[in-house]
Amino acid sequence: MTADWKLETRHRALEMRADVLHATRAFFLSRDYLEVETPNRIPFPLPESHIDAVPAGEWWLHPSPELCMKRMLAAGYERIFQISKCYRGHERGPLHLPEFTLLEWYHVGYDYFRLMEECEDLFLYVSGALGTGRHIHYRGQQIELSKTWERLAVKEAFERYGSISLEEALAENRFEEILAVEIEPRLGSPKPTFLYDYPLVFASLARKRKVNPAVAERFEIYVGGLELANGFSELTDAGEQRARFEKENETRSDRGRPPCPMPEKFLEAISCMPESAGIALGVDRMVMLFADASSIDEVVSFTPEEL
Amino acid sequence: MYNASDLRKNLRLMIEDDPYIVVDFQFVKPGKGQSLYRCKLRNMLTGSIIDRTFREVDSFKPADTQEKTMQYLYKEGDAYHFMDNENYEQIAMTEEQVGDAKNFLIDNMECKVLFFRDRPIDITLPNFVDVVVTEAPPWIKGDTVSGNYKPVIVETGYKVSVPPFVEQGEKIRIDTRTGDYLTRVKE
Repeated sequence: MTADWKLETRHRALEMRADVLHATRAFFLSRDYLEVETPNRIPFPLPESHIDAVPAGEWWLHPSPELCMKRMLAAGYERIFQISKCYRGHERGPLHLPEFTLLEWYHVGYDYFRLMEECEDLFLYVSGALGTGRHIHYRGQQIELSKTWERLAVKEAFERYGSISLEEALAENRFEEILAVEIEPRLGSPKPTFLYDYPLVFASLARKRKVNPAVAERFEIYVGGLELANGFSELTDAGEQRARFEKENETRSDRGRPPCPMPEKFLEAISCMPESAGIALGVDRMVMLFADASSIDEVVSFTPEEL
Repeated sequence: MYNASDLRKNLRLMIEDDPYIVVDFQFVKPGKGQSLYRCKLRNMLTGSIIDRTFREVDSFKPADTQEKTMQYLYKEGDAYHFMDNENYEQIAMTEEQVGDAKNFLIDNMECKVLFFRDRPIDITLPNFVDVVVTEAPPWIKGDTVSGNYKPVIVETGYKVSVPPFVEQGEKIRIDTRTGDYLTRVKE
């Protein structure tokens, strides 16, 4: 009899997890980023339609470190990264844990296209450090990590893989359904995909695209159907940000969620924030990718159910 | 009414006037979007399986089903007779309605019968049932190699694989969920 056979079977994945963390840090340090730590417990999360923050006493556990890290950008920190535990209520599935590890980084002067290139570099660096090489296997798929990854606009993805157009999906409130069921499984093979230019309603903190103000400069990374990261050119217009937060709060109220108070300090900060781009990457999912795991459970020491 | 966040395995709900049970369930959430619940559901009347994706704004009615504790009385012809433990009313179910439960129904056994409106649609048996072996090939002494099983027939007519040492007239325990032999039962 072993004390905990599930934990034993994860030995290799947990070693890989440590290697991914080390390599990630080495990558950012080699590029002159400052590793930062911001509080995990905050008075209030940013108003977002579909995220349930987890209460911690009178305060909340942060769903991401975005709020504090952008205040750092405004204060003159130009290249920062953070690896932190984040918390989101009611999210549990093969790709979701209510407590998970997020890598978030920001680069002043970048836009989302420049940031995509840095993502390619990061994955190549990590795969090099792990010794997996540029060809990896994930869920029976052969994936080639070398540059240049596919860049696919959301609208085009709906045309190519969806049973209805983007416009129809938005009108029928089926955007997420078509994306998750019909499109995502087709993305990121044989090369990773950057899915980009999201409808504004799905990018409340991203900058509007000048050439097409119906979309925001936001992208997601998909590898072998697995969604790994969400990045964007940051919105730096405090007035517009306030209006978008009000909209998010309206959606929250419609869905029975309490609205969040207007984050005044944050709005003040972004009014003096330089043009920049930032991204949040799910570290657990990155380990899943390299460990060829089908469930996030396989790459953490304990799931909440096992505690 | 149920909300999508109530969805879980074995939840029973109504879709287009038919009762369905969730047989498989997966939480999905594309980045920053609303949560989705991808479900496989079995129609409890026809047995057919459908795939449905629910959004967090969706709501639905609980299935019009009611579970009653009943006692299985006896079989007569093709009819299986049960009695409601509360009001002593009796009902008869066909072999088709009883389904696989017929393999493990013993006279006077207590079970849960699920009704859709007034129609019995499902039976849940105790997890374990003890039955008498009525027909078994003899035990060839010395044949104790593990993994060497033989087929026997039990009092309900059910055929099951057991280890070679089980003999006719003995009582064995069966897991009704899997239909597998578990152990010999000493009286």
